[in-house]
Amino acid sequence: MKASLRIRSIILSIVLFAAFIVVWQLYVQSQTGPAVNMDPEYAKLMGATAKGASAMPGPLEVGKAIWNHIINPFYDNGPNDKGIGIQLAYSLGRVMAGFLLAAVVAIPLGFLIGMSPVFQGALDPFVQILKPVSPLAWMPLALYTIKDSGLSSIFVIFICSIWPMLINTAFGVAGVRREWLNVARTLEVSPLRTAWKVILPAASPTILTGMRISIGIAWLVIVAAEMLVGGTGIGYFVWNEWNNLSITGVISAIFFIGVMGMLLDQILARASHAVAYAE
Amino acid sequence: MGALSDPFNPDQLLWEGCPCGLHASMREHQLASMGGSDPRFPDSRFYSIENNPPVKAAEESTYERTPDAVATSDAADELTWDDQDAVLARCVESAVMKGIFGTDMNRRNFLRAVGTSTALAAISQFIPLDKVKAAIVDAKGPLEKKKLNVGFVPITCATPIIMAHPMGFYKKYGLDVDIIKTAGWAVSRDKSLSGEYDAAHMLTPMPLAITVGAGSVAKPWTMPAVENINGQAITLHLKHKDKNDPKMWKGFKFAVPFEYSMHNFLLRYYVAEAGLDPDKDIQIRVLPPPEMVANLRADNVDGYLSPDPFNQRAVYDGVGFLHKLTKDIWPGHPCCAFAASKAFIDDNPNTFLALFKSILDATAFASDKANRKDISKAIAPKNYLNQPVTVLEQVLTGRYADGLGNVKNVPDRIDFDPFPYHSMAVWILTQMKRWGYVKGDIKYKDIAEQVYLATDAKAVMTEMKLGGPYGKPPESTYQKYTIMGKTFDPAKPEDYVNSFAIKRT
Repeated sequence: MKASLRIRSIILSIVLFAAFIVVWQLYVQSQTGPAVNMDPEYAKLMGATAKGASAMPGPLEVGKAIWNHIINPFYDNGPNDKGIGIQLAYSLGRVMAGFLLAAVVAIPLGFLIGMSPVFQGALDPFVQILKPVSPLAWMPLALYTIKDSGLSSIFVIFICSIWPMLINTAFGVAGVRREWLNVARTLEVSPLRTAWKVILPAASPTILTGMRISIGIAWLVIVAAEMLVGGTGIGYFVWNEWNNLSITGVISAIFFIGVMGMLLDQILARASHAVAYAE
Repeated sequence: MGALSDPFNPDQLLWEGCPCGLHASMREHQLASMGGSDPRFPDSRFYSIENNPPVKAAEESTYERTPDAVATSDAADELTWDDQDAVLARCVESAVMKGIFGTDMNRRNFLRAVGTSTALAAISQFIPLDKVKAAIVDAKGPLEKKKLNVGFVPITCATPIIMAHPMGFYKKYGLDVDIIKTAGWAVSRDKSLSGEYDAAHMLTPMPLAITVGAGSVAKPWTMPAVENINGQAITLHLKHKDKNDPKMWKGFKFAVPFEYSMHNFLLRYYVAEAGLDPDKDIQIRVLPPPEMVANLRADNVDGYLSPDPFNQRAVYDGVGFLHKLTKDIWPGHPCCAFAASKAFIDDNPNTFLALFKSILDATAFASDKANRKDISKAIAPKNYLNQPVTVLEQVLTGRYADGLGNVKNVPDRIDFDPFPYHSMAVWILTQMKRWGYVKGDIKYKDIAEQVYLATDAKAVMTEMKLGGPYGKPPESTYQKYTIMGKTFDPAKPEDYVNSFAIKRT
């Protein structure tokens, strides 16, 4: 029963994908007009427009572009033209740096807030005000104070990934069952040991959920940040293709961003699966 | 024979004294080897020896050369004292060889024994001749910094800054420059202010605006050279085909690439001359150039005054037509700039000079219309402009499709004159005052002369003796301009501002 369910959903996935490709192809064909009758020299200067070609690429064209990126991901033709693998590595590096920094700050701070009602009351207003700020709103301030575009984008990742982790950690820590804490207290376990041996394992599923939300947001934000500051990374890659008005390039970049985001999410899903427990 | 001879040719005598090094002159050496005649007999027939070729004729030479050596020694055949750089390079080679071998005989024997190419390879393994030469030829003083980051916005105005990379102009002056593509002028300004860029492609009004602190933190900035003159256009959506008179543009939405740009000032000037108030009758918004074509296609704007290739790109993509080239508004107007902070120049004078020279050299090369097709190919790849070669060629050669079915031929559609006239700065300041970007009294002349380095440009250009139509600096750094029939006198900027009917002051 379970297997047939899985097969059925796979078949449905394929059908949906095929339908999408067909609609796409039909749309592109409908946009392609007849060749315009014009002076040959003028036609030459006008390029594809003279042939009545659509500005929107077909699925085949995009597939070819994606394949070309896959077979040659690490070429380096100078500072403004690098392979997709190198660009993804730059973006991933920035996301990881900002994300880990955020984890280092957010998880201990979350413990503090979760364990102490005084701290919770004191820090709550700051968290509530800073949390809803769009991470990109920090960008001009970061550029002005840090004076380095690479570090500024890491800072933006840091500031956007800190809130879900902080709030989830605090929530998970505060939600640890009273009985377990009472048992620890009766056994006269020191507070640090309680945090490490009792609270951390109990709260880790919630903490990991926070981390999973954070990495998702971080991956969303890095593309926008890199489009703003340029230089390197997948966001810059999108901007560079956009600069050439190459829709094919933009669609292939969207594909790679999606695949990468899915991989990041899957890794954290596995991790949270590993720490899950049944009560 | 002598200082200009190729030291890698075993058949050449190079240095004073005799080949074996034991005698003070060739004559003494010959006499000694001939049986010890006394050199004190000046009437000796051996006196004539020096006039005869001391070695076998060049035709019989077994002298072999590597491709590299061919390049240097072909130059050597025509080497004259006028070509100072080549002479200097040759002297370096010669001095290095002298240091290694001591005497001509040792050098020639060694070269004959192992062959020139092997010798060259063996010697360059220990002494990087190329680098020594580059260091001495290019810098005259040591370069404070060789690795530089120069920012550019991907438009054809930046042609000299960009092409200097693939075509080797930076390398020629001993610099290792990375040119970094930048998303727009606000980012370029911020990265320049933060010191990430050592120098950058800017718009001619930007160094003035940064210096006076308009729309930016105030920091002394300089503009050593203008990148390009002309080269912009007003592009309109194809649906406005019939609205050829700006008087019919009431309610139009226009885009310009930056507030402190010639694009903004020229568009304002143009519509104001037609009686429209640019702040009330039309809307002007700032858009990064690559987004202009997409916005025009989506009908978000009716037109724009933007840098190429995005005017030609709108034609190429079949969404717009070229209403007017800016050269028909103000022939020879400045547009983009090569700019650096005053601090960079003060801290790295030699590096700056080398960079300045490579830009001037590249600009002179670009000003020659015969080179434009090669340049289009050099700057089209993804690493640089990332545009179709056809589009760039139409911009740079001036033979282009106008979007209405005509092929036009305007060779000076874009041109490259590096000279930063002070009068250009004064004109820009008058427009900043006119439209309210700066308030109060402006010391036009002082700011212009502080920011636009016309005096330095004059000195360097005179020294460099560049070719091309703009290779020689002009006599005066101030000029009068006629813009749409109205004369601008740089000596009376305030009167000029007050003479306009539509203004914000």
